[in-house]
Amino acid sequence: MEEFAHLFHGFAIVLQPYNIMLMCIGILLGVIIGVLPGLGGANGVAILLPLTFSMSPTSAIIMLSCIYWGALFGGAITSILFNIPGEPWSVATTFDGHPMAQQGKAGEALTAAFTSSFIGALFAVIMITLLAPLVAKFALQFGPAEKFSVFFLAFCSFIGMGKEPPFKTLASMMIGFALAAVGLDSVTGNLRLTFGFTELLNGFDFLIAVIGLFGIGEILLTMEEGLSFRGRAAAINPRVVWETWKELPRYWKTSLSSCLIGCWMGISPAGATPASFMSYGIAKRTSRNGAKFGTGQIEGVVAPETAAHAAGTSALLPMLALGVPGSPTAAVLLGGLLIWGLQPGPLLFVEQTEFVWGLIASMYLGNLVGLIIVLTCVPLFAAILRIPFSIIGPVILVFCAIGAYTVHNSAFDVIMMLVFGVLGYLLKKCNYPLAPMVLAIVLGDKAEEAFRQSLLISQGSLGVFFSNGLVGTIMGLGLVALFWHLIQTGFSRLRHMVA
Amino acid sequence: MNKPELGPLQRSVEFGTAVAMVAFGALVIVGSVQAGISWGAEGPRSGFFPFLIGLAIILSSAINLVQCVRSPQAGLFVEWAQLRQVVAVIIPTTVYVVSVGWVGLYLPSMLLIGGFMIWFGKYKPIHAIAVAVGVMAVTYVTFEWWFLVPLPKGPVEEWFGL
Repeated sequence: MEEFAHLFHGFAIVLQPYNIMLMCIGILLGVIIGVLPGLGGANGVAILLPLTFSMSPTSAIIMLSCIYWGALFGGAITSILFNIPGEPWSVATTFDGHPMAQQGKAGEALTAAFTSSFIGALFAVIMITLLAPLVAKFALQFGPAEKFSVFFLAFCSFIGMGKEPPFKTLASMMIGFALAAVGLDSVTGNLRLTFGFTELLNGFDFLIAVIGLFGIGEILLTMEEGLSFRGRAAAINPRVVWETWKELPRYWKTSLSSCLIGCWMGISPAGATPASFMSYGIAKRTSRNGAKFGTGQIEGVVAPETAAHAAGTSALLPMLALGVPGSPTAAVLLGGLLIWGLQPGPLLFVEQTEFVWGLIASMYLGNLVGLIIVLTCVPLFAAILRIPFSIIGPVILVFCAIGAYTVHNSAFDVIMMLVFGVLGYLLKKCNYPLAPMVLAIVLGDKAEEAFRQSLLISQGSLGVFFSNGLVGTIMGLGLVALFWHLIQTGFSRLRHMVA
Repeated sequence: MNKPELGPLQRSVEFGTAVAMVAFGALVIVGSVQAGISWGAEGPRSGFFPFLIGLAIILSSAINLVQCVRSPQAGLFVEWAQLRQVVAVIIPTTVYVVSVGWVGLYLPSMLLIGGFMIWFGKYKPIHAIAVAVGVMAVTYVTFEWWFLVPLPKGPVEEWFGL
């Protein structure tokens, strides 16, 4: 019960007019950052960090975390409207969100995305409130082998669930892993696969690949189909929000499972990206409309958005409790904590109760304020789609170039972006799925690190991945997901034999 | 059935893609062997993981290759006329991305937006110029003033003293 007393104290702090004003400014800045290319949540928080040095730590974290929520909301906007995911965890949102926009249902897709984000985040905050003291213990059990098993599960569910041929999925995923491996080896510090090109030293950043594969690839596909930007028939009015809300409760099962996946993946520091992909995969398998996923199903927007925000929010818990940031943005926030003179760790909950519970209270209110702000803007965002393609097309190209450039301030990256764009067009036309490649580029280094560290611990024995109940169960689930097609056909044959 | 002269066949393009992937896998293996694939003092060496990845790329692409050869004629990849549209975007964009490194971002971007509007959208030049300059002016203010993110600039911007 002590937690609730703290929480109410936190609300009292957040509800001061000054802090509410900071909250609204933060959300607005965050949405702008999320929509602008190349200014993801992490960059945005980093750029605005100096603004907060003069504030009290509590006010500062309220503003910065609101920028973070705003950026999370904003990322969904570009994913749905232009098929350009601003952050890795928005990639899964494009699968059904963009088709919806093409069918003239951009307003519905945006409303569903924002509302699900809010629900995911709210679920995670409630969980944080209840579990805060217990979580530190659990997270400490997560070693390299457990981490790898979570990645393994995420990748396997891709191969097993996809409607594309499994070997094309595998090839695409492995190319992503290979691209992730280029450059500095994060474990030993050696260079590899650079073949003497200094440009390849830093490897391939996922953002460049994503901007190229999805953003540029989409423009090329649109050109092929003759300049018709297919979203312009969108009838947008405020009633869309209301109509979509009436439809959403039907998907409560998807919502709930996505919340749980997200929270679990956020706390076990796997992060929001695998959470969004896995939740999309599971929703696709369990939903009645599963076969239609990818063609603009509202459930396909609900699942990844809910999970990503649940994970993004609950990732703040290990950051506060252990000092282990679950996402790049959480890492920047962690940097902020250190600058304000706060030491993250279990003691933070004891020594800085005002700060911790102020932050938790601001998560509740920040997400609510954020939802209201972005929902009122839905018609505005959707109206962007009415601009003719011959204007918006080159503007998107320019913004993609800006986004690619700002990642490392490198003009070479802009050229790589176009290479990825042409590659994306070719692969999409050849029926290779792009999402597994992007996921592998994002998580390749982390998965490899976990894999090698586990092998190092076990002296090269693969038995380490089945050495205890937790890791064994996750690996087993991964194998089931991998061979799902075979298992399914086996079952139906058995049924035929019995019948 | 589609006449083959209308455009490249889906099967030929898929065949070429799979062959390119096998070659890419071989490249990854060569690079991994250079980095060392054995077990060193630091555990598995740098090339260990990519080596396995390279093998997986070759294996899966080989299977795709076989499946592609076995598949029936699956129609056209794209019509020549459509391909011409796509290439008409790729070529100016290639010039654009290369020139960003030389003359900065702003001028090529204006030319790209303006040119695209006149060429594909059949807008009047005055409208195209207005949109191009307007978009880049807003970009300049947002990125350089507001968020303090410097974008690449070249001699023209220097001349203006920006």
